[in-house]
Amino acid sequence: MRFDSLEDSLGHTPLIGLPKLSPAPNVRLWIKMEDRNPTGSIKDRAALWMINAAERDGLLKPGATILEPTSGNTGISLAMIAKQRGYKMICVMPENTSPERSQLLRMWGAEIIYSEAAGGSNEAVRHAKEISAAHPEWVMLYQYGNAANALAHYESTGPEILEDLPTITHFVAGLGTTGTLMGTGRYLREHRPHVEIIAAEPRYGEVVYGLRNIDGGFIPELYDESVITRRFSVGSHDSVRRVRELLDQEGIFAGLSTGAILHAALGIAREVVKRGESADIAFILCDAGWKYLSTGIYEGSLDDAEERLEGQLWA
Amino acid sequence: MSVSTPEIDIRIPTILRPYTGGEKSVQASGATLAEVIQDLERRFPGMEERLLEDGKLRRFVNVYLNDEDVRFIGSLNAVISAGDNITILPAVAGGA
Repeated sequence: MRFDSLEDSLGHTPLIGLPKLSPAPNVRLWIKMEDRNPTGSIKDRAALWMINAAERDGLLKPGATILEPTSGNTGISLAMIAKQRGYKMICVMPENTSPERSQLLRMWGAEIIYSEAAGGSNEAVRHAKEISAAHPEWVMLYQYGNAANALAHYESTGPEILEDLPTITHFVAGLGTTGTLMGTGRYLREHRPHVEIIAAEPRYGEVVYGLRNIDGGFIPELYDESVITRRFSVGSHDSVRRVRELLDQEGIFAGLSTGAILHAALGIAREVVKRGESADIAFILCDAGWKYLSTGIYEGSLDDAEERLEGQLWA
Repeated sequence: MSVSTPEIDIRIPTILRPYTGGEKSVQASGATLAEVIQDLERRFPGMEERLLEDGKLRRFVNVYLNDEDVRFIGSLNAVISAGDNITILPAVAGGA
């Protein structure tokens, strides 16, 4: 396969069957390998679409500065594209994220402003909005509310999955900005009205939920509950367990959010088997495990791994 | 005594622990989530107002029954069985 540039190679990632983890010959699991994108994560899609849209709308002009709240992955994708196109990139990132994310961001020339660990991404969003108000000349793409984020998946992830798996019955993905689920979900439902759209939401340690009051909660502007069929909360213990199963049984090296998604996908698969039905369940591998190696979760006991992740924004 | 409903475990987020005397995990019973919340209110006065608004779950309150978001399985009418567990969490921004 030949492409004119790195950006042009984005998307068209493989959908790979999981013969060992699939519970029955007629209940099959398929993993979409989003680590095969330019920076190794599904966030490349949203980043490219948001930057292209902002250029088209005249928001991003040559030499502009982009500001974005991120727990790392979208920031890394934005930084890569920003560097290619000559924009300055500033990320507001919670301090409780893996050191690899900071290294990668700096590698692609981004500046990092750290936000407090308590409150997790909520705090990063709040802080970024403050900075944005003080610097109206900077362009905040704001992935949690940017329609181009969901559109990226409506126009790329969704069509790719349907083309590779016309018999799809379930789609499972992680819930962060909700962009992947909204865009892919809408596209799939338009073409397969009975498809089930399932959200797997990482459940972090307590510090991440350390809000001052309940009205300080956050729901991404992109979120539309009606697109989703079911929503599961998955803790670090189950996520690590599933990441290891994926490695042991299918040879696939995934990051932690993928473990949470696989956990939900396996739960759905089990229910389908119990009902005696058939299913083709596609789910997302958000990124590979490289950025999580320093957490030490790929070795030792599950309890130790869980302890290491306590208080970390691991997905 | 009337037919008893199962006592189930409920995980309480930090932000609501002032109502449970600091307890991370408490018990309550009910045949539906609505009844469980009524029982929570009896045991820990003030809790209901923090969870509900106009008879519905507050916008920034997420309740999970056996790790599944109750909004997709009947909300306050979600059916509770013995051995279930409930987790209450504030809605926060996810990693991205």
